[in-house]
Amino acid sequence: MSAGPTDAHLLERAPFLLRDWLTHALPEPLRWFANTLIAIAAILAIFGTLFALLTLVERKVLGRVQNRPGPNRTGWFGILQPVADGIKMLTKEDIVPRAADPLLHFLAPVALLGFSVLTFAVIPYGRDLVAVRLDAGVLYFFAAGSATELSIFMAGWSSNNKYALVAAMRALAQLISYELPLLLSAVPVVLAAGTLSAPDIVESQGGFTWGFVPHWHVFTPWGAAAFLVFFISALSESNRSPFDLPEAESELIAGHLTEYSGFKYALFFMAEYFGMCSLCGMAVTLFLGGWQAPLAALEFIPSYAWFALKLCALLLVFIWIRATLPRLRMDQLTRFAWKFLVPLALVNLAASAFWSLSFGWAGPMQALRWAIGIALAVGPFVLLGRRLGAGIGPRTYRYA
Amino acid sequence: MSAALAIVALATLGSAAAAMLGRSLLRSIFMLAVSWAGVAAFYMWAGAQFVAFAQVLIYLGAISMVALFAVLLTRQSRDEASPPPAALRRAILAVVAAAGVAAVLLWAVAHSPLAVSGSLAPATSVRQLGFDLMGRHAAALLVVGVLLTIALLGAVVLAADGAQERPGDEP
Amino acid sequence: MNALQLCLAFSSLLFAVGLAGALARSNAIIVLLGLELMLNAANINFIAFWRFSPSSAPATGVIFVLFSIAVAAAEAAVGMALVIAIYRHQKTIRLPDATDLKG
Repeated sequence: MSAGPTDAHLLERAPFLLRDWLTHALPEPLRWFANTLIAIAAILAIFGTLFALLTLVERKVLGRVQNRPGPNRTGWFGILQPVADGIKMLTKEDIVPRAADPLLHFLAPVALLGFSVLTFAVIPYGRDLVAVRLDAGVLYFFAAGSATELSIFMAGWSSNNKYALVAAMRALAQLISYELPLLLSAVPVVLAAGTLSAPDIVESQGGFTWGFVPHWHVFTPWGAAAFLVFFISALSESNRSPFDLPEAESELIAGHLTEYSGFKYALFFMAEYFGMCSLCGMAVTLFLGGWQAPLAALEFIPSYAWFALKLCALLLVFIWIRATLPRLRMDQLTRFAWKFLVPLALVNLAASAFWSLSFGWAGPMQALRWAIGIALAVGPFVLLGRRLGAGIGPRTYRYA
Repeated sequence: MSAALAIVALATLGSAAAAMLGRSLLRSIFMLAVSWAGVAAFYMWAGAQFVAFAQVLIYLGAISMVALFAVLLTRQSRDEASPPPAALRRAILAVVAAAGVAAVLLWAVAHSPLAVSGSLAPATSVRQLGFDLMGRHAAALLVVGVLLTIALLGAVVLAADGAQERPGDEP
Repeated sequence: MNALQLCLAFSSLLFAVGLAGALARSNAIIVLLGLELMLNAANINFIAFWRFSPSSAPATGVIFVLFSIAVAAAEAAVGMALVIAIYRHQKTIRLPDATDLKG
């Protein structure tokens, strides 16, 4: 919570001006409290709206990909569909199975949503626009994210249903496997930026080479590889297709959500989308320059608009991937994590260290630096990828 | 200041005691997770943010998960049967022993001359912590890294052992 | 009682709870988790002494706790693997029943 940039133009300062206009009458200690409350309310309101819109956009985009119109009956182009869904969810009966553990059955969606919301606290949404400025912000993000796994298991076990339990075990295995590459692909960024604080990581990506290539981490060889690993792991961590095994609705009848109905189901749904948004936000922060503008000439557009644009682009890629790729098998899923992503992330750490060490190289050495950097990023990818695919031919269906 | 500590301590101790007393194994693990979160809250209270986040990441994200996996793989998820009399006697002895240890420790804490500085320790930045870890404590960091690698390999070997010998053993 | 003594009392009690659990329960998993509780109690002491005592070396307590957490993670991984190995051989994880050394 800071006063905001003072020398920037009006649009850049708009969120801070609005906040100060709301709280300027309060005495000093109360004002700090009110500012915090406003930050929380703003995050919840914005991401709540984004969640509602995202459910609609997802169904629309999936519909277009599958050559059908998608929801178009409620309101203009189906714009009221989220409202209708919400009313439907709220008025449905809330069923708790007799054999279930009632306390854990109730706590699981609440804890899941709570931890998902906690991750929003450290993402910098714009210049100085961050709810809590933590020295160890990135670590906080992953700590809060890892606590959500526990609540997914809680949901699966407390339902006392074999499908839910099997799905919970699948979810545990998947989340543990993919948390490792997720963390390991964030480490090179921390190494390069020399800080664990999310706003400082964004600051370190400012500036341009030759006036038009931004210094985002994704535009370095190790950064591109780390972004790829992070993005795939993020897909898996948020249980999105093609890694949606825990709730594979066609085999496990929605997995750990089997025994949930009504509003609790909606809470799970919301938590999943919140997790997706926060992981995308972290990906934008770590690799895509956060709120930095892609061109110096475009810096007149306020920083939070750039962040929102990048976030929405990543979310659309998530939906696009869901519409395109089929689901993996369980053994393929874990093999992919342990034999491909984890070694790749580890080698990438070395590539990032080399990049940091060769910072001072200039002239022809610069070309050598890029050549070695690209070799360190692409080489393991090709080698590991060939080993991963070895021995797996196309499947033959004998009885089909 | 002390009130916050008291609340955190009571929540931690209460959930830890409930976990140790509980019959249902999985409920015990969830209560222990609450207790570990309480310890993390204590670290936050004491100004050690980095340790608090590491505690949440490792205890809630890893150790409780490993424990849950162990419970599921050993098919102990349902409640234990009522304990035999021998176990009950052992439990009483254990509680007496633990109470004795607690009494001795509390007496020692209350009666030792503890020098408390007027000013609190300066909050260490993550950067300073990193330099310390890589500088003065680099050897220890290396040893811990080797230990973790060996532990990982050992755990894999131990848990995978025998899987090939008895193929009919799969659940 | 000053704040340091309160912290130490808290950690003593937590240690006692972990000790009671580790001694009383016959389930190997709970015994291991009781050990983890005792480790946590020790960590609380490190942080308390770092926070309240006039120390010369800054952040030593914090670094010690970081190492301790790493060792605890290693211990939990090996411990749970042992529990699973015992279950494979004996079909039980109740410690009083697991008295055979021969697999």
